Amino acid sequence: MSDLWVTYGTTRAVAGVSFTVAAGQTTALVGPNGAGKTSTVEVCTGLRSATGGQVELFGYPPSSLAGRTRIGVMLQNGGLYPTARPLEWLTYLAKLYPDPADPSTLLNSLGIDPKTSAPTRRLSGGEQQRVKLAAALLPKPELLFLDEPTAGLDPAARLDLLGALRRLGADGTGIVLTTHALGDVEEVADEVLVLVGGHLVASGPVVDLIGAGGSTSFRATAGLELGALAGALGSGYQVQENRPGNYLVTGPTTPQLLADITNWCAAAGIQATEIRAGGRTLEDIVVEATRNGIAAGEIAEAADS
Amino acid sequence: MSTSWARARAHTGWELRLLLRNGEQLLLVFIIPIVLVLALGLTTFVPGGVDAAIPKVLTISILAGCFTSLAIATGFERRSGALRFLATTPLTRANLLTGKAIATAVVTLLSVLVVSLLGIALGWRPAGTWPVAIGIALLGCLTFAAWGLFLAGTLRAEAVLAVANGVFLALILFGGIIIDPTQLPEALATAIAFLPSAALAQGLTQALDPNPVGTAQLLTSALVLSAWTLAGALLARRFFHWE
Repeated sequence: MSDLWVTYGTTRAVAGVSFTVAAGQTTALVGPNGAGKTSTVEVCTGLRSATGGQVELFGYPPSSLAGRTRIGVMLQNGGLYPTARPLEWLTYLAKLYPDPADPSTLLNSLGIDPKTSAPTRRLSGGEQQRVKLAAALLPKPELLFLDEPTAGLDPAARLDLLGALRRLGADGTGIVLTTHALGDVEEVADEVLVLVGGHLVASGPVVDLIGAGGSTSFRATAGLELGALAGALGSGYQVQENRPGNYLVTGPTTPQLLADITNWCAAAGIQATEIRAGGRTLEDIVVEATRNGIAAGEIAEAADS
Repeated sequence: MSTSWARARAHTGWELRLLLRNGEQLLLVFIIPIVLVLALGLTTFVPGGVDAAIPKVLTISILAGCFTSLAIATGFERRSGALRFLATTPLTRANLLTGKAIATAVVTLLSVLVVSLLGIALGWRPAGTWPVAIGIALLGCLTFAAWGLFLAGTLRAEAVLAVANGVFLALILFGGIIIDPTQLPEALATAIAFLPSAALAQGLTQALDPNPVGTAQLLTSALVLSAWTLAGALLARRFFHWE
């Protein structure tokens, strides 16, 4: 996919985003609400036409039969017949694909009893989510699109899903997922794309992004004197309070830096916790990218219009 | 299985399976016509007995099967996001529409058969020109299906349900089916004659009449239905939203 643009009327949802997903690679689209994640997935799955740019699935347009036969899709909103039973829904869908998985086996493997006579609307939110996932996996897709797959799952089901995604990736399935659960991304994704206001503000392998920038984070009480701390750390270091009580020190990670931070805190009578040396969480990166995006005014025009 | 026809057939089966399980659609398409045949055929509420009643009830079968039931099912498919999801599968729009059309035709035909057989049991003796009756009936199916899809593709699901049922009831009572328009004020009667329900009921009555009054009325019915079909199809094509 290259240089994707999507506009709704005068609102720009996606502005010049490009990425490629290779076989066996998991790419996560992250970013705040309204960042253009769902619009991007919709274009990739043929649900929406791009206003500009080019999207190809295996060399075919997304809405083509050749593309649609080889992808599996789990949409954020809907994709179930409320009155249908899970097994009959999958049995019907199986007739649409050339080489589908066995519906009963698939449901069983996801913890849904294939013999249940309950219509989908009577299932719990987590169960409905798993039926949607089953529908996405049914075609034995080469490329899987998952929009917020872990939303509404309990912790055990979430871990099962992440494990399933890792196995699929290892078996060569390309995966594109959007999520707000950044911990999930650190666990399963190879590549991350951070979208803010339709712009790609950061991208790259998860390990590079987290390791990038030589920074150290820690938690303490909110409202520390940032100037005083930066002064104690010496030149070459900047201190920010990302969120109340969440501090990020930018600059080379050295043993001396950690000692300086803890010494300063000890002198001030403050307990510093969760010190992460030489790395940031993905959450820091997204929050920072969101702030920078807003500061740069890049999304102001999208928000205004 | 993945040829185009196989996918359309799979979708036909899927639509029929869900329809035959939905109590509301069964009520509209089968129970109401059956009750009406019995009520109108065994009483003198409508002059002319069972011979006059059958074309009217057949009109109701077509209205229920092609308009109300289709609109309700499609409206809910849209709301649940099922249509959106299906658009990502190999089921093309042409496959989906073919499947819907066949399923709608099958259900409507079943209703028409049930009504006809029940009518025969009550003494109805089908007469008239069958090819013309079938032609008019098919035209009526197209008219109502186009408007059903237009409704389902433009309003919210709850509104589709309310409007589809409201229009169904209004057309049965005041659309020139049950209440004879000639009993109403003339201006109103003239207006009603241009409704698709009145045109279909009139057309079927004429086509199934052993002593038809002439072809002019049949032609008028066909023209009125054609105009409504064209308008409905254009509107549906222009305004139908898949999500």
